[in-house]
Amino acid sequence: MSAAKNINITLKIWRQKNANAKGSMETYKLDNVSTASSFLEMLDQLNEQLINEKKEPVAFDHDCREGICGMCSLYINGRAHGPDSGITTCQLHMRMFKDGDTIYIEPWRSKAFPVVKDLVVDRSAFDRIQQAGGFVSVNTSGNTIDANSIPIPKDDADKAFMAAACIGCGACVATCKNGSAMLFVGAKVSQYALLPQGKVEATQRVLNMVRQMDEEGFGNCTNTGACEIECPKGISLENIARMNREYLKASLK
Amino acid sequence: MAKSALLKSSIVKKYWMALTGLFLCLFLAGHLAGNLQLLVPNNALNFNQYALFMTTNPAVKLLSYLTYISILFHAIDGIMLTIQNKKARPVSYAKTNPAANSSLASRNMAVLGTLILVFIATHMVNFWAKMHFDKNMPLMTKEIEVQGNKQKFYVGTQTGQYYPVEQVALVGEKQNPETMMVKQFVIKNGTELYYSQADVKTADLYKDLYKLTLDFFKDPKLGLVFTIFYVFSMLVLAFHLWHGFQSAFQSLGVNSSKLTPLIKFVGKAFSIVVPLLFAIIPIFLHFKK
Amino acid sequence: MKLDSKIPAGPLKDKWTDHKNHLKLVAPNNRPKIDIIVVGTGLAGASAAASLGEMGYNVKAFCFQDSPRRAHSIAAQGGINAAKNYQNDGDSVYRLFYDTIKGGDYRAREANVHRLAEVSTNIIDQCVAQGVPFAREYGGMLDNRSFGGTQVQRTFYAAGQTGQQLLLGAYSALSRQIGLGRVKMYSRHEMLELVKIDGKARGIIARDLVTGEIERHSAHAVVIASGGYGNVYFLSTNAMGSNVTAAWKIHKQGALFANPCFVQIHPTCIPVHGTNQAKLTLMSESLRNSGRIWVPKKKEDAEAIRAGKLKPTQIAEEDRDYFLERRYPAFGNLVPRDVASRAAKERCDAGYGIEANDTNEGVYLDFSTEIQNKGKQAAYAKGNHNPTPEEITKLGKAWLEEKYGNLFTMYQKITDENPYETPMKIYPAVHYTMGGVWVDYNLQSTIPGCFVAGEANFSDHGANRLGASALMQGLADGYFVLPYTISNYLADEIRTGKISTDSPEFAEAESRVKDSISKFLNNNGSKSVDYFHKKLGLIMWNKVGMARNEAGLKEAISEIAQLKEDFFKDVYVPGTNEELNPQLEKALRVADLIELGQLMAMDALQRNESCGGHFREEYQDAEGETLRDDDNFKFVGAWEYKGDDITKEELHKEELVYEEIKIAARNYK
Repeated sequence: MSAAKNINITLKIWRQKNANAKGSMETYKLDNVSTASSFLEMLDQLNEQLINEKKEPVAFDHDCREGICGMCSLYINGRAHGPDSGITTCQLHMRMFKDGDTIYIEPWRSKAFPVVKDLVVDRSAFDRIQQAGGFVSVNTSGNTIDANSIPIPKDDADKAFMAAACIGCGACVATCKNGSAMLFVGAKVSQYALLPQGKVEATQRVLNMVRQMDEEGFGNCTNTGACEIECPKGISLENIARMNREYLKASLK
Repeated sequence: MAKSALLKSSIVKKYWMALTGLFLCLFLAGHLAGNLQLLVPNNALNFNQYALFMTTNPAVKLLSYLTYISILFHAIDGIMLTIQNKKARPVSYAKTNPAANSSLASRNMAVLGTLILVFIATHMVNFWAKMHFDKNMPLMTKEIEVQGNKQKFYVGTQTGQYYPVEQVALVGEKQNPETMMVKQFVIKNGTELYYSQADVKTADLYKDLYKLTLDFFKDPKLGLVFTIFYVFSMLVLAFHLWHGFQSAFQSLGVNSSKLTPLIKFVGKAFSIVVPLLFAIIPIFLHFKK
Repeated sequence: MKLDSKIPAGPLKDKWTDHKNHLKLVAPNNRPKIDIIVVGTGLAGASAAASLGEMGYNVKAFCFQDSPRRAHSIAAQGGINAAKNYQNDGDSVYRLFYDTIKGGDYRAREANVHRLAEVSTNIIDQCVAQGVPFAREYGGMLDNRSFGGTQVQRTFYAAGQTGQQLLLGAYSALSRQIGLGRVKMYSRHEMLELVKIDGKARGIIARDLVTGEIERHSAHAVVIASGGYGNVYFLSTNAMGSNVTAAWKIHKQGALFANPCFVQIHPTCIPVHGTNQAKLTLMSESLRNSGRIWVPKKKEDAEAIRAGKLKPTQIAEEDRDYFLERRYPAFGNLVPRDVASRAAKERCDAGYGIEANDTNEGVYLDFSTEIQNKGKQAAYAKGNHNPTPEEITKLGKAWLEEKYGNLFTMYQKITDENPYETPMKIYPAVHYTMGGVWVDYNLQSTIPGCFVAGEANFSDHGANRLGASALMQGLADGYFVLPYTISNYLADEIRTGKISTDSPEFAEAESRVKDSISKFLNNNGSKSVDYFHKKLGLIMWNKVGMARNEAGLKEAISEIAQLKEDFFKDVYVPGTNEELNPQLEKALRVADLIELGQLMAMDALQRNESCGGHFREEYQDAEGETLRDDDNFKFVGAWEYKGDDITKEELHKEELVYEEIKIAARNYK
C-alpha cells in the first residue's frame, strides 16, 4: 500500500448558475488534499473552502458514494468518471493524481442531459425510456407462479444480470462522441430479452424504448466501443448488438 | 417495417449503413480481382476483355447500379447520422481524451468516408466517365509484325479480328483529299467498326482501359501525384474498413463470444489486404518500365 | 395516549390471512377518486407506489434523488431472505419467523414478523416474474447462500448487487405505472412538512429542489417510506442524502417515534481513513461465509502492524486470535451483526486493533483459509488429486474472484490493498436503524391516514436486524401489506372527494416551511452545515454508538442541546431558495438529525438493559454478552413529541406479548 500523502492541485470546473444561464470554466486552487481521499471528498473539501470564503459552493450530484446508485457523474480530464476504469466518480481516489496536477471537471454533455446547475445534469430522459417499455407487465399479487417453476439456464441468467448491472449513470452517453444512449437502452432490452419472463413483450418493448430514445435527442451508435470501456459496470457492447437484433426481429414482425 | 419508417429510427439507419457498407465490401473484392489483372505482364487483352464484360453484361450492370445506389445511400445516410450526432452534443467538452477509449478510425468514420467519396469522384472522372462517355477513349491496338514491319492493328472482340489502324477512319475524319484514298473502315459509336463503303458493321473493338490506366499513372507530369493520391486514398480506405467491417456486423446484431473474434479477424485482414493490393497496382504501373 | 397495535386475534399463523379477509375494500371504480402520496422510492416506497398505481389509485411519488432508481435500497449487497426451502435444509416460514425474532433479541412484534416470513416467499415469486436476474445454479434453479444468525441457506442473491436488482425490479414496476399515467413522479423533490386536517394526514408540503418552489400536495393517505436515520452519525454506510426529515416531520405532527436507540452497527466495513472522509463503505456480510476474522494474539504484534513494521501475513497461525470462532464456536464468523461488531470493538478497545488511524480501530477479515479449501476442492473437481500448493492457491483465488470479485475490486480501489494477497481490514460502522416511526399492525402511524413502511418504521427487526432481512421487509411492506391495509383505511374516504390545498392547514404548513428556509438563508453564521453534522456524528458515535453508558448518554443529551443552539445561531447557508441549493437541503436535514440524535440518547438512557444493537455497558454478563431485562423492558418505547425541547418528549410503552415463542437468552455459542 502506498502511504497516503497530501497534494496540491488546480481545478478547472464548469460553473453555471442554472439551466438558462451561460456557464464557463472557473479555476480553483486546492491545497492539502489527501491521496487517500475519494474524488468527491476532494470536492467536499473544495466546497468547505468556498463556504468559508463565503463563495458559492460547486453543485454536483452524488449519493451512495459506493458506486452503485449512479447519481454521481463528472467528466474528469476528458473521461467519464475520471481516469480509473470500472468505477464511478465516487470510487475514484486522489491517489490517481499527482502533486501540481490540473484537473478539468465538466458536467455530462448531451442535448438529452441539460445542465441543471454547475456539474448537475438532468438525466430524466433515462427514466422516460424506462417508462416506455423497460418492465415486465406483471401486477403485484401473491399468486404469481413459483419462482422455480421456469428454469432459466445459468448462462442466460448471468448474462441478464450483467446487463441489469447498469446503474443508469449516463457515462455511456457522456463519453460517446455522438452522445448515444444505445448502451443504456441495449442493456435494458437485453436483460428482458434474455429472460423468459421478458420475452412475451419483447417486440413492443424494443420498439417503444428505441422510439423514446430517439425522441429524447440522443445520437446514434458508431460502434466506437468507448461506452463499454468507460462504463463503470463494464456493460458489454454485445447488449447493443442484441438490441439491434431484437429491433430487427420486432421490425420484421 | 412495422412501425418504423425506413429511415426514421436510429437503429434502422445503422442497418442501412451496415448493409450498404458490407455490399460495398463485396464490390471492393470484385473490383480488386479485376484490377489485379493489371499486374500480369502483357495482359492488356485480358484486361480489356474484362473491362468490356464489366461494362456490358446485364447482370453486372444491375450490380453496378446497386453499387452506385449503395455508395449514394451510404454517403447520404452517413451525413444524416453525422448531423444528428452533432446535434446530440450542442456544447462540447473543454477537455477530451478520446484516445483512452476508442480507436482513431472509429471516431473519424465520417471524415474518412468523405475523403473516400472525394476519391471515388476523382476516380470515376478519370476512369469510369472516360470509359463510358469519352468520345476520345482510346481503342485497343496491337503491334503485329507483318512481313518484317511492325504494324498497328485494332483488335476486334472476336478471335482473330485485327484491323490495320491506318485503314480505319475515325468518325468525321475527312478522307485524304490529296490521295483520295478511302480508308476501308470507319468507327462509329466509339467502338463499332463499319465498312466505310457499305454501312455494315464488321466488328466491335475494345476500349483500351489498360492503356488509359497505364498512361494515367505514367503521366510524366502528374503520374506520381496520381499514384500518391491513390495510395493515400487506399490508406484512408483501410482505416475506414478497419472499423467499418466489424462495425457493420455489430450494427446488424451479429456479436457473440464465438463469432465476434472471427469477424474482427476477417475485418482486420480485409481492411489491410484489400487496400494494400489496390495500392500496389498504381505503384507497379507507375514504376513499370 | 394508549398505543393500540391492532394485532388481530387468532392463532399466529392465521392472523394475516384472517385479517386480510376481513379488511374493507375500495371498489375499482372508486379508486381513481382517491389520491395517495408516497414519499421515498426505495424498495418499500417504489413497490407501494407501483402496487397502489396498479390498483387504480391516483399516486404521487416523491424522491429527493434525480431518479427513483437511486434510492439507497440499491446499495444492499448480500441478499434477500425467503422461506422457500429450495435447499432442503429444513427451512420454513416458522423458522424464518423464529430466526428473525431471536435475531432481533426479542424486541419485535411476533405478529408482524410472522407476516413478514409468510409473504417472503411471494416476494421471490413476484421479483422473478418481474425479471429480476437472481443467481442461478446450472440446473436453472435459484441459488441460495447463508447469512449471519441462521443455520439454513435461505438468502437469494444477485452477485453482490441484490438490492440494486430488487430496486430496479420495483423501479420497473413503478416506471410502468408512471408511463401509464397512474403514478405521477416528483423527482428532486423533498417533503418538508405533513399537512393534517381534522387530525388526519391530508397532504404534504414539498420543495422542488431545482427551482426551490414550495409546493402543496393533497391526498387521502400519505405513505412515508423515506428510509433510516443512520446519517445521524455523519459517517455511516448510508447514502449522503439519506435523512430522517420526512419521518421526523410526521413525528412532530404527532406520530410516535419508536425505539430510536436501536441502531445496527455492521461489522464489515472499511475502516475510517481520515478527517475528510464523508462516507463509510460496507463490505457485504456474505464475505463472512468465506472470511475469518482475527486480530493478533499479542499486543506487540498489533502495535508492530500499526507502525507498519509487520505485515499481517507474517503473523503465524498460532499467534492469531480468531475471536469470533473462539467465543462463538457454533456460529463462528456468522454470528449476528451486533454480536460480531461488539466483539471487534472489544478487541480493539483492549489494544489489539490493527488499523493505523487515530483510533486503531480495525480487525482482519482473512480469506487465506478459504483460498486453500476451495482451491483444493477445485483441483479435485478437475481430477487433479495431487495439486501443488501453487495450483491450489491459484484455483482458490479464482474461486474467490468468481464469488466476490466485484467486492474485492471495490475494496482494492478504496484502500489500494489487494485482498487476495493480504487480509482485508474491516471495522464496524453504522448501517441500519431498527427504530423508526411507530406503526400498528396495518403499518399506520398514530396519525390516521399516515402510513410508514420499510426502514422508516420500527416494526420487524426488534433490537437487531439479521442480514438480508431489510430488503425482505421493504418489499413485504410495499407489495404485500400496504395495498391491503391502506385500502381498508381508504374505504371510509370514498365520499371525501378531492382535497383542496387552499385550506388554512395547508397555508400554515407552507409558511412553517418557508420560515425555516428563510431563517437558514438569513442566518449569516460562520460555519458550514457539515461542521455541525460532523460534531453531531462524533457525539453520537462516541456516546450513543456501539457501547453506551448512563454518564455518556447524559452528556450526549446536553451536548446535543448545546449543539442545536450553536447550529441555529451560527450555521451559514449560502445561496438562495430559488435554485438548486445542496447546502440548504443539508441544513434542513441536519436540523432534524440533531433533534433525533437527542431523542436517541434519551431512549438509550431509559432502556436500562442491553439488547441487540443497544449495548449498555452496565448491563452485560461476565463474558461481555448482552444482558436483557425482559421483566422491565420487554416493550416498544414510543416517544411523543412535546414541543421544541426534545427532552420533554413523553415515552409510551407497547408491551410485547410472545404467544408463540418462548423467550430466552440469545445464544450463538
